[in-house]
Amino acid sequence: MDYFAQQLINGLVLGSIYGLIAIGYTMVYGIVGMINFAHGDIFMIGGFIALITFLILVSFGLTAIPLILLIVLLVSMAITALYGWTVERIAYRPLRHSFRLAPMLSAIGMSFVLINFSQVAQGARVKPVPPIITGGYTLYEGAGGFVVQLSNIQIIVVVTTVVLLGLFTWLVSSTRLGRDMRACEQDQTMASLLGVDVDRTISMTFVIGAALAAVAGMMYLLYYGLVDFFMGFVAGIKAFTAAVLGGIGSLPGAMLGGLLIGLIETMWSAYFSVEYKDVAAFSILIVVLIFLPTGLLGRPEVEKV
Amino acid sequence: MAGRVSATLASPQDSRVPGIAFIFKKALISALVALVLFSLMIGVRTDAGPDGQLTYWTRFGDLAAMVATVFGGSIVVELLRQWWGPVGTVRVVPASVQSGLSLAGRLVAPVLLVFTFLVPVIFYNERYILDLAILVLTYVMLGWGLNVVVGLAGLLDLGYVAFYAVGAYSYALLATNFGLSFWVCLPLAGILAAFWGVLLGFPVLRLRGDYLAIVTLAFGEIIRLVIINWQSLTGGPNGITGIPRPTLFGIPLSPGEDGLAARLGIEFSPTHRIVFLFYLILALALLTNWVTIRLRRLPIGRAWEALREDEIACRALGINTTTTKLTAFATGAMFGGFAGAFFATRQGFISPESFTFHESALVLAIVVLGGMGSQLGVALAALAMIGGFELFRGLDQYRMLVFGMAMVLLMIWRPRGLIGHRAPTVFLRHNQAISADLVNEGRG
Amino acid sequence: MSGDHILSVDRLSMRFGGIVAVNELSFDAERRKITALIGPNGAGKTTVFNCITGFYKPTSGVLRLTHDDGHIIQLERLNDFRISKLARVARTFQNIRLFPGMTALENLMVAQHNALMRASGLTFLGLIGAPSWRVAEQAAIDLARTWLERIGLLDRADDAAGNLPYGDQRRLEIARAMCTDPALLCLDEPAAGLNARESAGLSELLLSIRSDHGTSILLIEHDMSVVMEISDHVVVMDYGVKIAEGTPQHVRDDPRVIAAYLGADEEEAIAVMERGT
Repeated sequence: MDYFAQQLINGLVLGSIYGLIAIGYTMVYGIVGMINFAHGDIFMIGGFIALITFLILVSFGLTAIPLILLIVLLVSMAITALYGWTVERIAYRPLRHSFRLAPMLSAIGMSFVLINFSQVAQGARVKPVPPIITGGYTLYEGAGGFVVQLSNIQIIVVVTTVVLLGLFTWLVSSTRLGRDMRACEQDQTMASLLGVDVDRTISMTFVIGAALAAVAGMMYLLYYGLVDFFMGFVAGIKAFTAAVLGGIGSLPGAMLGGLLIGLIETMWSAYFSVEYKDVAAFSILIVVLIFLPTGLLGRPEVEKV
Repeated sequence: MAGRVSATLASPQDSRVPGIAFIFKKALISALVALVLFSLMIGVRTDAGPDGQLTYWTRFGDLAAMVATVFGGSIVVELLRQWWGPVGTVRVVPASVQSGLSLAGRLVAPVLLVFTFLVPVIFYNERYILDLAILVLTYVMLGWGLNVVVGLAGLLDLGYVAFYAVGAYSYALLATNFGLSFWVCLPLAGILAAFWGVLLGFPVLRLRGDYLAIVTLAFGEIIRLVIINWQSLTGGPNGITGIPRPTLFGIPLSPGEDGLAARLGIEFSPTHRIVFLFYLILALALLTNWVTIRLRRLPIGRAWEALREDEIACRALGINTTTTKLTAFATGAMFGGFAGAFFATRQGFISPESFTFHESALVLAIVVLGGMGSQLGVALAALAMIGGFELFRGLDQYRMLVFGMAMVLLMIWRPRGLIGHRAPTVFLRHNQAISADLVNEGRG
Repeated sequence: MSGDHILSVDRLSMRFGGIVAVNELSFDAERRKITALIGPNGAGKTTVFNCITGFYKPTSGVLRLTHDDGHIIQLERLNDFRISKLARVARTFQNIRLFPGMTALENLMVAQHNALMRASGLTFLGLIGAPSWRVAEQAAIDLARTWLERIGLLDRADDAAGNLPYGDQRRLEIARAMCTDPALLCLDEPAAGLNARESAGLSELLLSIRSDHGTSILLIEHDMSVVMEISDHVVVMDYGVKIAEGTPQHVRDDPRVIAAYLGADEEEAIAVMERGT
């Protein structure tokens, strides 16, 4: 039971990270109707930028952890958002009204570019950082000496996720940009006729998605204490699985899916085998798509004859 | 068409010829964006020091060079764009040029085929070229195999490498554990891969488009992860070594007494085996091509193409879309399995590293760049991609970077691939090609 | 249950969530006759078609198809391709669904898929080019040629279907449905978008299909000139229920039908008619 409680906490933290990435997939899919294959790698770039910013700040002698975290968060969000914008501008916009396969391949190409750019620019080796945030709370001490712990970093990950999610929900539901995004999701032609700047709205979607992925990248760095150039690929597929599980196009769905995938992966590793945890995640993707193609919170699609 | 033209322009003002100031401004913005993007990723380099502590140093020179490159590149691109006109412009080609081109087009395939047959004769002493030719032909075969699924049936498969892996491991395991010969294993590898194709096909039948793509991708990864982790069977990440080389119907191509060279009474040369492998993969690739061309003219092949065009209409005509999709998956997978068995026997060693998502993406890029459904296009695309990839071998770690950029640029340049038309499978009077603009890509 | 009904629709209902698209609809289509299903937009006609041709599963009701040999098939128990393959019910679509990237001839060849699959020995005989396959293939091409000739598209046999003018596409879709050798042909607004001359040609084509092939036809149509000219029996629907049926003449004079079409209530419509319009 203690072991389970601990895994539950770990799973929720991991799930928050997946959820943040999944939002980017679900938003882009909702508006442009394509899988942004490079999104996982945007997450990886976010991790790298957080790492570099952190190193620079520390070497400048900054010691106030909250201040460091805030600056790292803002810098990585800003720069990664620009990556998202650039990717859309170079690889997707010219192909927006093109044949279906072309944007998918150019997205895959863009994913290769980002992966190998990071490898070339920052080297192939894993970058470890010493624990930045230490300490935590002991929630429960079992008879067998097993301790259920909630670390500060776990609290930070979950709190950041919740705050961002709230901010983001407000953005989509109550701002002009959010309204434009929802309009473009329904019908781009009609939206543009009604004066919505479709290009700009789509760009903003990529920007916001990338900024959230950057947060996920930073959280990953803080939580696991390392980044590497290939971490975006598998995390990307899992986050996409989360988006599908929650129902693609649905924002709460993406978060819910992320939490579920995080939990399933953690539990699988804890109780079955660590080696096959990715196989478990991918199998879930297949099973969900077969039995629940619209996901948990997605809208059902009616086939038009 | 109009939508596409306007979409490629950044803004309406672009339609008039931009002046120097505009180009300069655009380049400046690009350079600024590049500066921000690369500031940390290139300007600062991190690495673990000898004590394991992460340190960083700055590379402002490299950063400046990159930003300058983007600035210059942006000006060049803008000038090129002015000279070439907006993407998507319909260019009127004079009739004489057009007929000349179509004649040349008809000659390309036979000339290419004859040349391919002569490659081992011309380059007999150039081991490197022979190896490269074998590699290109392997990808031509994979491309033709995947073309059945993606190009004809319109089902987007991002996990094709799984069948390649199944074929390779089937041969490797059957040959090393049971001592079966290549010629026995080859059909078995094909059948096993086809079986896996059906196994994958069943659950994903109802899925469409990007969903299908991501599930096939996941399937490919699952196969790879299982190979890595099932160490007792597959050797895990270390792979399988000592896979037997193919024989010419039982006669080994080895220097020994019973080798082919000894029997023919000629001096042994390791090149013999390379040449043999070359003709082996050529034969396999041509078999794939022949079967595909044949199938296209049979009801099953027409049903595949009809499925790509309109699945609902297919159902209304009494076509069983389930079995039609499954046969497409199985046929494509079977060819992938053949290619995998060949790969295993050529290498003599296989490991999961050869079967990553990158391979699937590469084969898919070959099919799409070739022009969906065009056999010649796929062959040309394989030659261009693999050949081009080899040209950049010297670039080492930059190679994949260039490959990714090339993929993006090629798609923007030719979203419909090199050969942009479809040849009908049957005709009454004129065998005329159909413009790709009319051909659907399928929603699967 | 009369012997010369090819199709009996018995209390067919179709609900989508809370919306009742078709409510307890019953009618019969006579063998070797043309039955028209008419009604204002949104009356539920296409939904009835989708139930008959297996694209929707009816919420309740029975769809009984009786073949010439007396064999009875309950359509609501079959799904998608089996309706066309086993029950021999073919259909066309309101918004034409040809295979645009395939030639007119290829479209007609695809329609003969099931017969050709058998002839090609599930592909294997075809792959080795067996003589029996060659004969069957030639027969299929000949059938396609015959149909292309009948619809006046022989010259354009090798053109992509997507390149044909609209009216030609409509006729090609009907020819394609006929190539499946149907017992019942369901046409969803075949005259939509056709000009007067093309509509007249269409009427001729449908009448010849009925007389030459003995195919029963069920059609949805808005073009009253076509309906009045060729239908043997007309069923009128509004808001998912049948409001009238009978001969074209009978239906045309029914005040309820006029009311449905004019959107007026019954008394008003009768008043309009009594004023001698």
